[in-house]
Amino acid sequence: MSTEPSKADVPIVVEFTGGLELLFSNQRKHRLLLPSSGEKGQPANTAFLVRYLCENVMKDKRKEMFIIDGTVRPGILVLINDADWELEGGDQYELKKNDNILFVSTLHGG
Amino acid sequence: MAPTPCELCKTTRALVVRPKNHQKLCKTCFINIFETEIHNTITANSLFFSGERVAIGASGGKDSTVLASVLKTLNKRYHYGLNLVLLSIDEGIKGYRDDSLETVKRNAVQYDMPLEIVGYDELYGWTMDQVVEQIGKKGNCTYCGVFRRQALDRGAARLGIKHVVTGHNADDIAETVMMNLLRGDLPRLARATSIVTASAASDIKRSKPLKYAYEKEIVYYALHKGLDYFTTECIYSPEAFRGSARTLIKNLEKVRPSAILDVVRSGEDMARLVPEEVSGVGKSGKDILVVEGEAEGAGGCGSANGRTSGGEMADMEKQLLENEKSQGNEMEITLKGQKHDRNCKNLNRMPRKLPKQQMGKCARCGYLSSQDICKACMLLEGLNKNRPKTQIQVSVERKTVIQR
Repeated sequence: MSTEPSKADVPIVVEFTGGLELLFSNQRKHRLLLPSSGEKGQPANTAFLVRYLCENVMKDKRKEMFIIDGTVRPGILVLINDADWELEGGDQYELKKNDNILFVSTLHGG
Repeated sequence: MAPTPCELCKTTRALVVRPKNHQKLCKTCFINIFETEIHNTITANSLFFSGERVAIGASGGKDSTVLASVLKTLNKRYHYGLNLVLLSIDEGIKGYRDDSLETVKRNAVQYDMPLEIVGYDELYGWTMDQVVEQIGKKGNCTYCGVFRRQALDRGAARLGIKHVVTGHNADDIAETVMMNLLRGDLPRLARATSIVTASAASDIKRSKPLKYAYEKEIVYYALHKGLDYFTTECIYSPEAFRGSARTLIKNLEKVRPSAILDVVRSGEDMARLVPEEVSGVGKSGKDILVVEGEAEGAGGCGSANGRTSGGEMADMEKQLLENEKSQGNEMEITLKGQKHDRNCKNLNRMPRKLPKQQMGKCARCGYLSSQDICKACMLLEGLNKNRPKTQIQVSVERKTVIQR
């Protein structure tokens, strides 16, 4: 990322697997500095992270493979520090320093 | 937010929310309950007998990898006395199957199971790459599906094994129920819900131990156990009806997670209402007669809708294509005819299993078949007719290039 690190940025690790890595430069692990507040000054939560990833990290044009109706596509699991994001408040979870967010597609097989 | 404790052990941090009942579980309790439920499915349906040799249709994808891992664990824990073997099909798709087969080879080492690979090339003289080169991407899943079913049977026969298990999960079954409902295909709806299918075309039985397992939980299991599975889609998979059914199911799950198992149960209930002579299903709902080439395949195939599942795709795409064809898109005359034959047979057939004598052998390949010539040979005939022409064209082009 070209963004200048600032004190306010939240360093996190985002991982993609289950086929999603193909949409993210074929790279499983991404270290990011997420702005600490969202577009409207709200705290950076996972809903903002998903939009941020879509706009800033995802180079693949097929955005609908990752995001549908403004949120993660049904069939993609989101784990916050190994736990289902439902247990952590879903898309309202506010990201903290060194969080690990894992996106896993259940939609691919082999 | 304070960590949520596991609802079972009450001590460890919950990591998983079970879709079917919202139960919040830690990793250990989840893995334990997931395995126990598969064990319950196996015992409730008497899927295995002690000393049985069982081939796991292994594609390297999440479903069959989880199936192999769970069966390995249960076999040891509950002393099933099973002799487990991995059976993989090499469809001959470069950049897809060759990679996923590497995963299966690693699995064979990890699970300490023998691995048998059966290739379309050796069985039929055609790889899927060659088939697609000839017929194009449209409709190629029909070939793949027909070839796969025989290939699994032949692979099992080669090993002297009479039982193949596949990784079909609850989501797959729910999709199939929805698709057959949407098409008005009640006989198939009835057959698709069955956990065990016996085939008129072979003496090899198929079963689906993961039938009641959510895809979501299968992925959780694979993740939390750190299983090694392969996740690229088939490069030839088309966007199709199944993709829409899949999206529908996944959207339903989001609103109401229990919907998937509910659809499976509804499918089973509807199956009971379908007369035996139509469905070929006994009232027990467990043991089913499947007409040649019709049961679910295993191995990988997929839909470009961003989804491929561990094995059921090819078969469904095949069924889908057949169905579309039979509705008047005259794409594949041979199949259309077979579909018709099959339906007649379904209506006239005695319920339950056909006696062996009624099964003939394919006049071409000698494979068990309910028809004079088996479906694979019919498809091959069409392919082979055009082959010389194609080969000459190719070689001319190559020569031209070389000469330049």
